[in-house]
Amino acid sequence: MKNIVSPSFSRRSFIRTSALAGGGMLIGFNLFQACKPEAAPPVDIAKLNFNDFNAFIKIADNGMVTIFSPNPEIGQGVKTSMPMLIAEELDIAWENVHVVQGALDTENFTRQVAGGSQSIRHGWEPLRQTGATARQMLVNAAAAKWGVDASECTTSNGVITNVKGEKLGYGDVVKEAAALKVPENVTLKDPKDFKIIGTDASNVDIDKIITGKPLFGLDYKEDAMLIASVLRPPAFGKKLESVDDTAAKAITGVQDVIKFGDKVAVLAKDTWTAMKGKKALNASWTSDSKLENTEEHDKILTDLLNGKEFKTLRADGDVKKAFSAADQVIERTYESPFLPHNCLEPMNFFADVTAEKVRLVGPIQTPARTASRVAELLERDLKDISVEMTRMGGGFGRRLYGDFALEAAEISNLAKKPVKVVYSREDDMSAGIYRPAIKYKISASIKDGQITGYHLKEASVNSNMYGLIPNFFPAGAIENYQVDAAVFDSKITTGAWRAPYTNFLSFAEQSFFDELAEILEIDRIKLRLDLLQKVKGTTDERIQYSPERLEGVIKMAVEKSGWGNAKEGVYQGFSAYYCHNTHVAEVADVVLENDIPVVKKVTCVVDCGIVVNPLGAKNQIEGGVIDGVGHAMYGDFSFKDGEPVDKNFNTYRLIRINETPVVETHFIESDVAPTGLGEPTLPPAGAAVANAIKAAKGIRLYKQPFIKHMKAQAPIG
Amino acid sequence: MPVYNLKINGESHAIEADQDTPLLWVLRDHLDMVGTKFGCGIGQCGACTIHVDGSATRSCLLQVSAVEDMEITTIEGISEDASHPVQQAWKEVDVPQCGYCQAGQIMSATAFLNQNANPSKSEIRDAMSGNICRCASYNRIEKAVEIAAGKMS
Repeated sequence: MKNIVSPSFSRRSFIRTSALAGGGMLIGFNLFQACKPEAAPPVDIAKLNFNDFNAFIKIADNGMVTIFSPNPEIGQGVKTSMPMLIAEELDIAWENVHVVQGALDTENFTRQVAGGSQSIRHGWEPLRQTGATARQMLVNAAAAKWGVDASECTTSNGVITNVKGEKLGYGDVVKEAAALKVPENVTLKDPKDFKIIGTDASNVDIDKIITGKPLFGLDYKEDAMLIASVLRPPAFGKKLESVDDTAAKAITGVQDVIKFGDKVAVLAKDTWTAMKGKKALNASWTSDSKLENTEEHDKILTDLLNGKEFKTLRADGDVKKAFSAADQVIERTYESPFLPHNCLEPMNFFADVTAEKVRLVGPIQTPARTASRVAELLERDLKDISVEMTRMGGGFGRRLYGDFALEAAEISNLAKKPVKVVYSREDDMSAGIYRPAIKYKISASIKDGQITGYHLKEASVNSNMYGLIPNFFPAGAIENYQVDAAVFDSKITTGAWRAPYTNFLSFAEQSFFDELAEILEIDRIKLRLDLLQKVKGTTDERIQYSPERLEGVIKMAVEKSGWGNAKEGVYQGFSAYYCHNTHVAEVADVVLENDIPVVKKVTCVVDCGIVVNPLGAKNQIEGGVIDGVGHAMYGDFSFKDGEPVDKNFNTYRLIRINETPVVETHFIESDVAPTGLGEPTLPPAGAAVANAIKAAKGIRLYKQPFIKHMKAQAPIG
Repeated sequence: MPVYNLKINGESHAIEADQDTPLLWVLRDHLDMVGTKFGCGIGQCGACTIHVDGSATRSCLLQVSAVEDMEITTIEGISEDASHPVQQAWKEVDVPQCGYCQAGQIMSATAFLNQNANPSKSEIRDAMSGNICRCASYNRIEKAVEIAAGKMS
């Protein structure tokens, strides 16, 4: 396995300290440089100034510590967990830490992303180094004051103590510390001495959230701001022919109607008037090509799977030979629909474009990329553009794409006014960047009761699985192994959706292995463990997962779920998967109520290394599992003549609390560096549920959503 | 434009708005009370839940002209300082992930517990099923409502 990334960097390249005029010490560091695995000194150190930093620790005279966190917060909890890493090594009490969302300076940075469950993994070492460096400087300052050696001093909860028992608070020495040289070598704590890491910390914004304070992009407001409600082509492939805005302009409060490209924005002082104005637009649309339908996609993807237009992403041994020598070949096809993200906070963004500058404010997972795209769009200098991030009402991948920010910038530029674009739910669901519809065909060759060959074929819309995925399980476990991918180019926009590709691939593969075990009459768990056994000691550096860690979660899931000893009427399904550097096993407990399968409980075992904030980690895990169950059961999205059939929650079904299983979480105890949790517990959930439904009803599910296909499929096996 | 007299969180407000303007947008855009959230606009997600004369109501479907002289309570009026037992329970369990739906969840839970001080698990699940949490913090919402019930009884 690729082990934990241990970034090599020079601390001096990203840490700088200064005394504050009003008292206290400011430590600046470049978080995104620091957290890059390949981080190198970014610029000439001598030329560094505080503009080069995007994260700050402020230590006040009274010892209170403020950490300005620049990270995009989409509900994954990094605004809490990343500062915890700093506070741990700084050796201060968590109660004395105040976390503030830092403003962003997009001029100097190239990578500011929330995505891929990578924040904690990449931040683990550099953030602790930053805290430890600051602590060492404070100790050095105290030691100088006392005239003792720094090595004789200890710290605890923001207080420095020397061998004589004399004490100085951090606040007492900040002024002196700020003037010291940044030390080159600092020692990090032994994990057994952690006081903050591994303890429960509440969401740092909880008080604001539960009292309804303005936090989110939709809450952002400026005095002269207008709301823009945008009419977009109703179907992918349609273009604006003409628009009559007479009725819209007649509405009291509508201030302007602006046509840009194939879109029309209605501007008003308040949201309701803007939305009413949009509805009053009378537009006609044309299309110069055939509009797409789900039935056709279905056929196109099936044809691709049966065709020859593949690129091979990984090939071990000789799959063809293994299949021709086989006693038996088993082949199954799995199908999933497009899915919208449906962040509960609809897409929105603020832009104020003036001759001097371009100010962008709102919920975005990729502020830097958005800034450069806006610069390009408006033909402006990147240095004119600033991006401020608000808290995000969900992301799930949708807010990686700054299309809504570009719209805001374009409208503001044309209207010469500060504008906030606000999507309705219908806008949000029909101008999506969807999870692509995908089909997988998996074939296995069996010889003398052994799996000798495994061939995975992907047919997907617009893009194929990313390069690491072919090296996930069962790569390395089966001698003849091949992954092929084919693609269909669609006009429907697609992109990353929580745990891209693996969110469905995991269902396909873990269902397939479950069925293989039935056909081969091997215990389901044993089949998986036997395969993992073959990967142990592999010299193949491409293999991403650790067979030992996957085995660890599987064994604990068996133990914790009472696998094989379920109460009468409870049917269990098993699934285990590795993605986003984290190993997960899940057992779903299903009961039948009026012959309908109901998921009662999911036992989830996670190996994510050291758990930084167990309270927040469990929240991510519970959410990921239920999200996985919900979309596998209910998530259905289709197109007719290029237009989404469902546009709001009256027909598009999201899982609700009364359909929700209890998630029981267990962690593998570990002293290995932590990995992320935003995504990896979602993928295994679908297969755990499908395998439990098979146990309960004898129906093997190959298509999502289950609720739609359960009735259509006859029992087999 | 007509003027409507609204009583929100115990205070009177004279609001000039079109009669069909949903109370949600009056709160958010006219009064800067942005705790009440916009999620779907058709009463399906519960993010905009407020209390009208004590009952949980979707403010996105409620026209301003229909609520004159009624007692309107929003998340901002539940407590000054997050001290309401439901808010306290939310904090104790650390419910939110992204947090966007939580004001609506808290408003639904508060109205429900005012009417049913000692609910069963399935009553809680039914009562809260009108509120979507896209992050699926449902296990914690359920637990927080249970804890809040204990605090309020």
